[in-house]
Amino acid sequence: MHQVINTFFSPHDFRVAFPNVWAGFQVNLKLMVVAEVLVLILALALAVIRGLPGRGARPLRALAIVYTDFFRGTPLILVAFVIGFGLPALNVHGISSRSNFTYGVIALTLVYTAYVTEVYRAGIESVHPSQRMAARSLGLSYWQAMRYVVIPQAVRRVIPPLLNDFIGLQKDTALVSVIGVAEAALQSQAYSQTYANFTSYTVAAVLFVLLTIPLARFTDHLILARELRERATAT
Amino acid sequence: MSFVHLDRVTKCFGELEVLRHVSLDVDEHNVVCLIGASGSGKSTLLRCINLLEKVDEGTIVVDGQEITNGHVDVNALRRKIGIVFQAYNLFPHMTVLENVTLGPKKVRQLNARQSRDTARELLERIGLAEKADEFPDRLSGGQQQRVAIARALAMEPKLMLLDEITSALDPQLVSDVLDLVRELASTGMTMILATHEMSFAREVADKVCFLDAGVICEEGSPEQIFSDPTEPRTREFLGRVIAAGRL
Ligand SMILES: Nc1ncnc2c1ncn2[C@@H]1O[C@H](COP(=O)(O)OP(=O)(O)O)[C@@H](O)[C@H]1O
Ligand SMILES: [Mg+2]
Repeated sequence: MHQVINTFFSPHDFRVAFPNVWAGFQVNLKLMVVAEVLVLILALALAVIRGLPGRGARPLRALAIVYTDFFRGTPLILVAFVIGFGLPALNVHGISSRSNFTYGVIALTLVYTAYVTEVYRAGIESVHPSQRMAARSLGLSYWQAMRYVVIPQAVRRVIPPLLNDFIGLQKDTALVSVIGVAEAALQSQAYSQTYANFTSYTVAAVLFVLLTIPLARFTDHLILARELRERATAT
Repeated sequence: MSFVHLDRVTKCFGELEVLRHVSLDVDEHNVVCLIGASGSGKSTLLRCINLLEKVDEGTIVVDGQEITNGHVDVNALRRKIGIVFQAYNLFPHMTVLENVTLGPKKVRQLNARQSRDTARELLERIGLAEKADEFPDRLSGGQQQRVAIARALAMEPKLMLLDEITSALDPQLVSDVLDLVRELASTGMTMILATHEMSFAREVADKVCFLDAGVICEEGSPEQIFSDPTEPRTREFLGRVIAAGRL
């Protein structure tokens, strides 16, 4: 028992490891924010493309489907390897000499865009067709109807599942340590290898949990608020 | 030349022929009422007129312009045709005022102030000025439907299509909405309305068309249709309506 505490929960090692792990965790935060912003934008664009009407848009729709199927099915760690080691090996000017941070953002964005596209798409499909019809009958174009009527309603509805995906993204920022991004997990590993003590991982875990809890509670709160509202309008 | 002219319009959904060789003329400033059992094609007919549905055969001319030849600017056409649905279809994420100003802002390109002034005037007219900043789900069905009418009117349409706009309302809320339609009729708005309110149709209509299984079975003045229908099917339909206490 004593040994377990010393190996994983040593107060001394906690203090010593903290600065480095904390510095690494800030990299996680940056990865998360940059990737999230990119994902929010790209996924919305893809979801809209998947919903485009007409035969002319079929190739675009197909491309979007292939993309989401591919990246939802591929483990993030593989994508990270391919991006983080593959792109530099290509030796192409402009894409082969980026920082590991950039490759990490690209890998996270590629994978999470696929998940979030599906979330948006479910939201867009949940808006009753009569809403679009009402918008179009005012003379709004297809794009205006999407922009002002369909998407705002869709986004409101999918905020809780979006937040859930972002909790996942937060945690997965640790995975890009495999391509050498000096984030919290990698810093923890460095410490544990140097001092043969695993408390540094506990530090990282605590930081991740502390970050996740508010988001998780906020998501619960939104879901509950929606249920109450729907019950109120149903009666 | 009539304002709306349908010439042998046919509309199918797959195998189902929902409208068959429908011809209809609506003069400017007139009110035409479509009556008929549910499923007879009233909604489809209205939706064809603002191209929410594409007709399979026949031609439709609105305001001197043929709209069924595929070369028409759909959005420009819809700008001059207002439509109001049975289920109101207000935008739930916008306030009443925003519902009414969306079209004027984005389609008529009015600035924020002009569109707001127009909207407030309309809300005043429908007696809901004080609800401007409420969301639709805080309004009664009748109030929502009046807002939907105001939203359509804010586009300053030349033609209004009303699709059973009182059918989803509690009986005590119907009269407010009908009063508004009556007022519109008195201002000379050209209107085509599908309705189950027979006494209202009799009162406001210049012409009544009885639709039966996608065919205009009989049309005429309200007096003629309601007091002296010639077609057996019209008589049978009105008989059922009277039995249901709606006339
Ligand atoms: N989008 C659609 N797809 C297939 N069938 C439809 C569609 N819209 C209407 N119909 C069918 O067309 C017929 C006429 O419907 P509708 O025009 O709504 O009649 P009404 O308004 O007189 O009740 C009905 O049989 C209905 O089931
Ligand atoms: Mg109908």
